[in-house]
Amino acid sequence: MNCFQLENVSHRYDKTTVLRGIDLRLNPGEILGLFGHNGAGKTTSIKLILGLMKPSEGKVTVLGGEAGDPHVSQHIGYLPENVMFYPQLTGREILSHFARLKGAPLNQVPKLLEQVGLGDAMNARTKTYSKGMRQRLGLAQALLGKPRLLMLDEPTVGLDPVATADLYRLLRDLRDEGTGIVLCSHVLPGVEPYIDRAAILTGGSLKAAGDLPSLRRQANMPVTLTVKPAGNLLELEKVIDQAKQSTGLMMKNDHGTLQVDVRPSDKMALIETLIQSGEVADLGIHQPSLEDIYVHFIGSGGLAHRGGSQ
Amino acid sequence: MNSIWTIARKELSDSFRNRWLVAISLVFATLALGIAWFGAAASGQVGYGSTPATIASLASLGIFLIPLIALLLAYDAIVGEEEGGTLLLLMTYPLSKSQLLLGKFLGHGLTLALATLIGFGVAGIAIAVLVDGVAVGALAVAMGRFIGSTILLGWGFIALAYLVSVRVSEKPIAAGMALAIWFFFVLIFDLVLLGALVASEGKLNPELLPWLLMLNPTDIYRLLNIVAFGDSTQLSGVLSLGSDLPIGTGGLWLGLGLWCAIPLTGALLLFKNRKI
Repeated sequence: MNCFQLENVSHRYDKTTVLRGIDLRLNPGEILGLFGHNGAGKTTSIKLILGLMKPSEGKVTVLGGEAGDPHVSQHIGYLPENVMFYPQLTGREILSHFARLKGAPLNQVPKLLEQVGLGDAMNARTKTYSKGMRQRLGLAQALLGKPRLLMLDEPTVGLDPVATADLYRLLRDLRDEGTGIVLCSHVLPGVEPYIDRAAILTGGSLKAAGDLPSLRRQANMPVTLTVKPAGNLLELEKVIDQAKQSTGLMMKNDHGTLQVDVRPSDKMALIETLIQSGEVADLGIHQPSLEDIYVHFIGSGGLAHRGGSQ
Repeated sequence: MNSIWTIARKELSDSFRNRWLVAISLVFATLALGIAWFGAAASGQVGYGSTPATIASLASLGIFLIPLIALLLAYDAIVGEEEGGTLLLLMTYPLSKSQLLLGKFLGHGLTLALATLIGFGVAGIAIAVLVDGVAVGALAVAMGRFIGSTILLGWGFIALAYLVSVRVSEKPIAAGMALAIWFFFVLIFDLVLLGALVASEGKLNPELLPWLLMLNPTDIYRLLNIVAFGDSTQLSGVLSLGSDLPIGTGGLWLGLGLWCAIPLTGALLLFKNRKI
């Protein structure tokens, strides 16, 4: 059973189309990164999956049922982007309240608070909490009742690097136990190592979806080689220039090293040529990162068309 | 049902925590006792006057205070949750909008009912114990009716506050509109009605006029607490129209009940159509 499946989903607010023909699916035990600029349709997609609204067209299936059905919502954990909990209540009281609403056992409450590192602060009123602590409380809230689908909107905001690493470790454990996880984030380098698949939205349509290798293939972006000359820089340039006729690559000077962009298919051939020439002291290979791929698919048309509200 | 009670329970424990319940109960008890003992001071005597006079004074005060307290208690019910971001979160839980609003109503309603019961109940018991020769039976009936109608009036205004709270998107606007509701029903309505009566110079259908009082829950509330003594001389201003109403006390109770049910139903419908 899929965690969720969007089939040809479109959505309009009044007359503005915010989602166009989205097909997207999440399997159990998978972490999906959902990326896009502001107003790309991320929030709308999340709201549709959470059942907060119905799509104008298309079909949304969640955990084998209908989005928004109480039996389905019970198994979904959601961390909203910015939530101020009831300031006059303690962390423990708030989590107990939400546990009752979700039908989760109350003995989970102290355990979850320990797990997110709020064990010492659980009896303090949340108005004394820092942003990071509120975020942890939100996370504990999302984990109530052992959800089978977890939706996290910017989960690392306000978390220090150690807490961020803890969070991702926790998410991996949950994934290995079969939870499907959706991660929305603007901190692309941060999430890159942890996601199994990425979906990139822009202007309400799904630009690309898949695991990183397949996205790299789709994007067909050059791999960057950083080459340090063994002796003469000019000799090295000559070697690369000669190879250029066959591979069509670019070169830039940068602090005595050469940066060479090469098409993925030509990469191995060039490396072999370089090594055989004996002019290379050191060689670095830089695959396009998630951020590079994201920028490639979003296009770099400036901020103008990326505006709009969430 | 469970989720409704969970929401109600939080509201109730909130009002214990922030001392709302204690404060309102104290205010009610103090006012009731003050009126009972010093209500007749203007006529040159201190001490308990009569039960009807005390209840009439309490009801006159109640129409100012009860709506205000109810509106203050409830105006941020939904808009407050939305501003804190918890409304969106709650809606992703296995909880419908109606359950959320009904839970709030139950919590706020119980808070107000408890405060009324404790505050005026204590005052009633004090009168029964301390005043010599008061007819305890009649006092109990009058106090019971007063407390019952006060609770219903409060519930009506809680529901009216929800009508605002589910519509607007900012707390200050909700507060302003709640005050406007108070102003309209407590201060303006009777003035306008009186003005219309005088200006119409008797051309309005006299059969219809008393029914206009049913359009204001605070008027129904006053009628209920004064007419019940069968003494229309206490009725002043537009309320004198009330003695012509062809419905008995039962009708007045029904009217007050409808003033809870209709705004609450309206708020539920408006909330259902609200985008999250």
